[in-house]
Amino acid sequence: MNFENDCRFKRKLTKRGNCNTLSHQGLQDKQAEQNSVKDSYTTHNESVFQNPHHQQEENLTGLPIVTFKWHHVETPYLVIIWVFVAGLAKLSVVELNHHVISVVPESGLLIILGFILGGIVWGADRAQTFKLLPPTFFYYLLPQIILDASYFMPNKLFFSNLGAILIYAIFGTCWNAATVGLSLWGCYEAGVMGNLDIGLLQFLLFGSLIAAVDPVAVIAVFEEVHVNEVLFILVFGESLLNDGVTVVLYNVFDAFVALGGPRIDAAEIFKGIFSFVVVAFGGSFLGIGFAILLSLLTRCTKHIQIIEAGFVFVVGYLAYLTAEMLSLSAILSITFCGICCQKYVNANMDEKSVTTVRHAMKLLANGSETMIFLFLGVTAIDTEIWVWNTGFILLTLLFVFIYRIIGTFLFTWMLNKFRLVPIEVIDQVVMSYGGLRGAVAYGLAALLDEDKIPEKNLMISTTLIVVYFTVILQGITMKPLVQWLKVKRAAHSDLKLIEKLNNRAFDHILAAVEDICGRIGDNWWTRGWNRFEENYISWLLMKPKARKNRDYLFSIFHKLNLEDAINYVSEGERQGSLAFSRSDEAANVDFKKQFGSEFADVMPNIMVDMSNYELGIEHFSVTSIVKDTIPSVSLDIHGQDRKNAMDDINAHHLLQQHLYRSRKHQHRHKYSRSHFSINQNEDEVQEIFQRTMRSRLESFKSTKMGVNPAKKITKHHKKELTHKMPNGHPDGTGHLYGDEEVEGLCVFLPHLIEAGIENPVFLPDMDSPTHSPPWLMETEAVAPSQRAQRRLPWTPNRLRRLAPMRISTCSTDSFLMADVSLTLEEHEEHSQTDHVEM
Amino acid sequence: MGSTNSTLLKIPNVEVLMQETGFSPAHIIRLHDRFKALDKEGRGHLCPHDFGAIKELAMNPIGDRIIGAFFSPGKETVDFHTFVKILAHFRPVDKDRPKEPNSPEPINSRSNKLKFAFQLYDQDKDGKISRDELLQVLRAMLGMQVTDEQLESIADRTIQEADLDRDDTISFEEFRKACKHKRFTMFRFCIRPGERKLMLTLCHWSSELQDQHEL
Repeated sequence: MNFENDCRFKRKLTKRGNCNTLSHQGLQDKQAEQNSVKDSYTTHNESVFQNPHHQQEENLTGLPIVTFKWHHVETPYLVIIWVFVAGLAKLSVVELNHHVISVVPESGLLIILGFILGGIVWGADRAQTFKLLPPTFFYYLLPQIILDASYFMPNKLFFSNLGAILIYAIFGTCWNAATVGLSLWGCYEAGVMGNLDIGLLQFLLFGSLIAAVDPVAVIAVFEEVHVNEVLFILVFGESLLNDGVTVVLYNVFDAFVALGGPRIDAAEIFKGIFSFVVVAFGGSFLGIGFAILLSLLTRCTKHIQIIEAGFVFVVGYLAYLTAEMLSLSAILSITFCGICCQKYVNANMDEKSVTTVRHAMKLLANGSETMIFLFLGVTAIDTEIWVWNTGFILLTLLFVFIYRIIGTFLFTWMLNKFRLVPIEVIDQVVMSYGGLRGAVAYGLAALLDEDKIPEKNLMISTTLIVVYFTVILQGITMKPLVQWLKVKRAAHSDLKLIEKLNNRAFDHILAAVEDICGRIGDNWWTRGWNRFEENYISWLLMKPKARKNRDYLFSIFHKLNLEDAINYVSEGERQGSLAFSRSDEAANVDFKKQFGSEFADVMPNIMVDMSNYELGIEHFSVTSIVKDTIPSVSLDIHGQDRKNAMDDINAHHLLQQHLYRSRKHQHRHKYSRSHFSINQNEDEVQEIFQRTMRSRLESFKSTKMGVNPAKKITKHHKKELTHKMPNGHPDGTGHLYGDEEVEGLCVFLPHLIEAGIENPVFLPDMDSPTHSPPWLMETEAVAPSQRAQRRLPWTPNRLRRLAPMRISTCSTDSFLMADVSLTLEEHEEHSQTDHVEM
Repeated sequence: MGSTNSTLLKIPNVEVLMQETGFSPAHIIRLHDRFKALDKEGRGHLCPHDFGAIKELAMNPIGDRIIGAFFSPGKETVDFHTFVKILAHFRPVDKDRPKEPNSPEPINSRSNKLKFAFQLYDQDKDGKISRDELLQVLRAMLGMQVTDEQLESIADRTIQEADLDRDDTISFEEFRKACKHKRFTMFRFCIRPGERKLMLTLCHWSSELQDQHEL
């Protein structure tokens, strides 16, 4: 392998844009200029540039059949090899021992892997030929990460916390830069660092470049630590915006350094502050402008859907480069472009294009992220850049760490005076500890001008050490820290079932009351903005069709339909596996059956008794009362004790697992680096929604039809029983299911059958009127409508699928099946499914 | 705010309402705004379908029950006074309110809060949560993956845990005792005066410890 053309391989990328034109002329007279050849070669047609080489080779060998043309392809080849290696690195890191993964964050592992790769290169070349050069980083790796983060930004959350985010991003960053710079300078003046050629301005410049919390590193680590929504958006938003702020700050100080100390007066400082504001806000507005352009563009791409996805990337990148050209903040520009356009772009574009954009965006972002971390590791293996100054490096680490904490607590304290939901201490600790520095800091350090800053290498090596320290060490300790804090907070978890249930019910109640009273932050401004947005902006930026589709119910049902279609296909496969996974449950119920039939009265008490005893759970309620009854049956039970204990655990576990989360506990708007599909919470929401809508529809129907559902259902059930039990006629069973489905009852046949079969104990309950009180029937259950009944014979399966919900009258219907032949029905069900699907 | 008084004056008996619920004028105005926004047809009262129009409630597994809690039995409408009174359940327990032995228990007392939660379970208003009622709530609050027998075993255990007098139902007294656990969350509802925002916070028992003593 030829590693000779070290940094050019990277630099080439940066030149690609403007070099191409140069290389056209340059090539004619100077074909030895490999760099240009390669540039042109990658992007331009081959015919023009092959000629000179062709002649050369003709002179040498006559007519070559096959030639080895490494130099033709060298640069793109190396680039693609590195991309390939990065892909492999990511693969190996992800597939690595899960033990390691759970301890060390992925980003840290990639850096470490980078060390190794860098070591290999170093071993081969005796010099580091591959480095992460700032232009490569800023022009080719960073934009897509920022675009991805902003495009998938949970907008509502972001804007509702915008104030806090801006405070942290702007003032927090300035605070960090100023304090770190000044403190280092103070220590330098005190003589801690020995003899260095650094002035106050250089220290401030260094402070500003080290101040940025890196979104890449932060997201990488925070994603693995589950934190609450607000904390996440605060850290995420802050890290995204303060990158922009840092770059601006850096440029201001860079200009000051270039200007030189003596020439800075009040006017210059004022100009510096003014330029800071202009650059930051100018960049943001430019981004918004491009977002509008992009939205308008996607409004009229109906006939070129195949490329409309590309516009998102092109315009986003254009926003970045334009801002860079105008010396505005490029990061802020692309950030706001992504944030503002997402809603309209997603509504305007075809569904397929939206999916394409999402996938491509994640692909690009993950790819560059991997490259960045890998090269952060590779870069370190280079003797040239390492300058050690113990005082400087250690103090930097210390100050970075300390001032982050102080800053977070200071600004949070100020914010908490105004915030409705104060940010808690734990969150503050996590926030300050999550101040990871990343590639942006390194990029800026590498961008320093050695002529102006003699100690550039020291700054680079310090930055690298800070990056390694924060990403690897803090990354590793982050999870245990959070867990420790959480554990400390939630020490006891032996809540009773009723309490668990109640806690969750209260969450739901609170969420509901909150909705009734209006949402958080639902004030005049947001309402006004929403109306304005609805009336004018959407009108301007969205297709009329898309506006209509935005209707909430419509979109929900659209999603539901899509899901149903998918389920429709996969359900057949799932049925088998579900039945299998539930097999161990049968044992418990078996016990109940066998046992309960004999000791129906005492059984429940005993079960609780034994399980409590075995588990040592504190219980003051039941035990003492029923103890006397145990001895008579204790021998029999003994073998079942463990099962009961298991049962109890199961009950807790089940409850914990399957209780619907209320909005407060959901992270469904969360940004994720590598996942964007509908997560479980969204599924839950849809499920709940579906159920609610269904029950409303049914109660509406029942009142409208004027039927007396309670009576009908019982009658119906009995009829079914008498009708079926003797012969188990196929038609009868099919009909039964259909009916129940329309009643909104449960779905999964295996469940029903199993439950029914295993629970004959409860069979008598069904017929006794006390267990189906009239109020219950009125609200929740409903007889099938006439229309539905008419449709039954043809579409039992589809109906069932579209109504995968069960409303609570429930427990009775499963028992129905008790005596029906299990296998027969299942078989029949399958055949029916097949039939319908065909 | 000049508009404060004029808005307040439009609400009849506002003084009594504030006295009963403990809401400040700012709260009342905020709630009145919301009430008017919900009352789309301007009838001066709300019907169940007015609540049903709040789309987030459809995402709430027990949303319909909570809507039901606003309507006293047999009534199809709720007026502003009742609306505010029900929401007053969610005010944080007043810590510095002077305790007068003969004054009626405030709406936002702990036991009233619990009563509110209790009646969400107790749909037939017989003062007891029966197994079927519990099953209904569980079915509503648990995901579809949970099978019936699992559901029933949870319900049975829940009742057994709380049921002290062994009648297989949970009375309010039992319910209250079961919820005495230290870490049990209580709801609280706070509107900061001066801000026209409104929000709820969940708070853990630790911060409500004082309230416990008060009771």
